[in-house]
Amino acid sequence: MHELPITESILEIALRHGKKNNAARISAIHLVIGQLSSFIDESIQFYWGIVAEDTIAQGARLNIRRVQAQMQCTDCLIQFTPSSRNFACPACESVRVKVIAGDEFYLESIEIDK
Amino acid sequence: MTKRVPVVEKILSANDRVAEENRAVLDRHNIFSLNFMASPGAGKTSLIERTIQGLKAHVDPLRLAVIDGDIATSFDADRAAAAGAAAVQVNTGGECHLDAIMVRNALPQFDLSSVDLLIVENVGNLVCPASFSLGTHRSVLIASIPEGDDKPYKYPGMYRGVDVLVINKIDLLPYVPFRMDFFQQGVEILNQGLLTFPLSCRTGEGIQPWLEWIISQVGEHRR
Repeated sequence: MHELPITESILEIALRHGKKNNAARISAIHLVIGQLSSFIDESIQFYWGIVAEDTIAQGARLNIRRVQAQMQCTDCLIQFTPSSRNFACPACESVRVKVIAGDEFYLESIEIDK
Repeated sequence: MTKRVPVVEKILSANDRVAEENRAVLDRHNIFSLNFMASPGAGKTSLIERTIQGLKAHVDPLRLAVIDGDIATSFDADRAAAAGAAAVQVNTGGECHLDAIMVRNALPQFDLSSVDLLIVENVGNLVCPASFSLGTHRSVLIASIPEGDDKPYKYPGMYRGVDVLVINKIDLLPYVPFRMDFFQQGVEILNQGLLTFPLSCRTGEGIQPWLEWIISQVGEHRR
């Protein structure tokens, strides 16, 4: 949802860091998106082509690393990947679980040409 | 030559930066603030009316301000104003959530030096408001019995991100199939130990503990 303002935010961050590093061109953007953050890769890719036009990031490759959801049971301490229907612990069925990975959403790095 | 530059910056940071500014403005004026989120019809405005009335009657009456976010109309702000709060309507013009900038633009419309508690009523929606912090001190989710007991499972993002849960319309429990234990199990998975107030805005049952919580929070914030 809201992939357009999100994509604009990605561009703003990339351009700011590009400028700081005296980039002539930004050739790639590396994003990290957790499975639990509800953003759709295809929509970001689609908007990227439009918002990056006429900037030094035009044509930059969008590289998206997806992080799978990981949970940990706070009772028996095992770590597991939740199924889409059930977040309870698969070992002891406890519902006292916490998210340890999967809600990331950040710009990790950019590749620049000087 | 191509060079890789580390960035590691949270996306959405533009909104988050404005949210931090909002928080600073509120703190400077000693205002405690709540972000009310819920589906349409869960009772956000009814709870605001009850809260205004309850806090007016308190021995040390709190001065309330309400920012009402809606796609169109000013029905909700009118209700809050009629109940006795300073109210500003923000029409989002189709946007399904409030963002930090809308709140920033609304704040100067109040006399902030005479406000103790700000309630922001978000647009009725269980998805998008969870992603946009506004700068408020606590976020409150208002669930309601007729919505059904599966909502924590269907909207985990919303249930995970809130500080307080209100379960409204408990007077309808005898008439609606709602498995409270199933609902609360879903909540517990997503947000362990979440502070919960079951209440009914219609009958007034359960309103008192909710008011006491707000009064204690405002008091702690002032210190």
